[in-house]
Amino acid sequence: MIAGNDWTENVIEIRGLTRQFGAKRALDNVSFAVPRGVVFGLVGANGAGKTTLIRHVLGLLKAQTGSVRVFGLDPVADPVGVLSRVGYLSEEGDLPGWMRVDELLRYMRAFYPKWDENYAQDLRRQFALDPAQKVKNLSKGQRARAGLLVALAYRPELLLLDEPSSGLDPIVRRDILGAIVRTIADEGRTVLFSSHLLEEVERVSDCVAMLKGGRIVFAGELDDVKQSHHRLTLRFDDERQLPPALDGALSWEGRGCEWTALASGRLDDLLLASSAIGAEVVEQQPLSLDEIFLAQVGTQSASAEGSPS
Amino acid sequence: MQLRISPQDAVPIYLQIVNQVKYLVASGRLAPDEDLPPIRALAEQLVINPNTVARAYRELEQAGIVVKKRTTGTYVSGAVSPLARRQRLKIVAERIDALLAEARQLNIDTETLIDLVHERDEAMQAPALRDK
Repeated sequence: MIAGNDWTENVIEIRGLTRQFGAKRALDNVSFAVPRGVVFGLVGANGAGKTTLIRHVLGLLKAQTGSVRVFGLDPVADPVGVLSRVGYLSEEGDLPGWMRVDELLRYMRAFYPKWDENYAQDLRRQFALDPAQKVKNLSKGQRARAGLLVALAYRPELLLLDEPSSGLDPIVRRDILGAIVRTIADEGRTVLFSSHLLEEVERVSDCVAMLKGGRIVFAGELDDVKQSHHRLTLRFDDERQLPPALDGALSWEGRGCEWTALASGRLDDLLLASSAIGAEVVEQQPLSLDEIFLAQVGTQSASAEGSPS
Repeated sequence: MQLRISPQDAVPIYLQIVNQVKYLVASGRLAPDEDLPPIRALAEQLVINPNTVARAYRELEQAGIVVKKRTTGTYVSGAVSPLARRQRLKIVAERIDALLAEARQLNIDTETLIDLVHERDEAMQAPALRDK
């Protein structure tokens, strides 16, 4: 529970969203909501559907099935109503390379009535961006900072970051995380960002959703997600050739009498289930998001083997 | 106030803050009536979500470690002695629980463990006595 936020109001609401690209189902019945005032982290392997999802939120893709609402509006039907309140930074940046930094700022300013020139100049100095430099001549890190500046300077209600840290050095990554922190520190603003740097997601997110093959594996508050995944080491009286069958087990390691599972579910239930199959739980530990991710994403075959029941 | 956060630790970040502030207060590095950084400043310093810092401060307030004054910020509670002692005991109790669990796993009974604690205590005091 995060007090001080109005959980009744969702900035983004996605219901039953399915998207097909030819034979490939990029999104499969995706539903989740992003409440106002939270940082929402979107994780998943490459090709899991993160970018496709974000493009729906931006109204760049129209929902084939299901619905997408941003500020209660349909981003395809009302692009101005939505995009004027959204700051967006993608992995590529998509900035016009031929412009100088000062020209870029002037150009962007024309689009956004709420552009805050003082804030823009503060950020430009803080990021050490040379106004006379052409965008295409900026380093990758400086280009990312320029993109971030442009996404922040009109103080959008919703900041959308698609893999913002990808391929950047730790200092630029810190700037981006700092921007997320400052954005959320301003009352009533919301951040949705995708990343496969799970340490970053863990650091700043209130809520996370994990996508796998276009489906939501889980979505919820980060603390709840962490509390519903465990590493359990089970000891049996007899030696076993195959991993035991335990409800909730995602993957197994071990041999003989001792087997270790990465499992999802309530700890009480898992302990009960363990004793029901005649095992003593000799060790149990919580998991980091990284471990949860690996357990959930690398499981297609393991879960089939792991729960023959 | 110097805190260290490891996001990948299984302990939630808000709890890491709570525990570390408790240590700082219990060890006297944060004195009664000393102020804690504003939520936003600490969030920016640690590069973590301000909601997380707010939650940690709420927990600390509920535990009586800090008090919130409406306009001026968050301070270490002035009522130190009984609370701080209880807090100190609680911190030690948590460590003892972990120790007991490990000892049990290694098949060391409680009597042996207590003897060992005394032995280590003497070993630790010896150099300190020499220094005097």
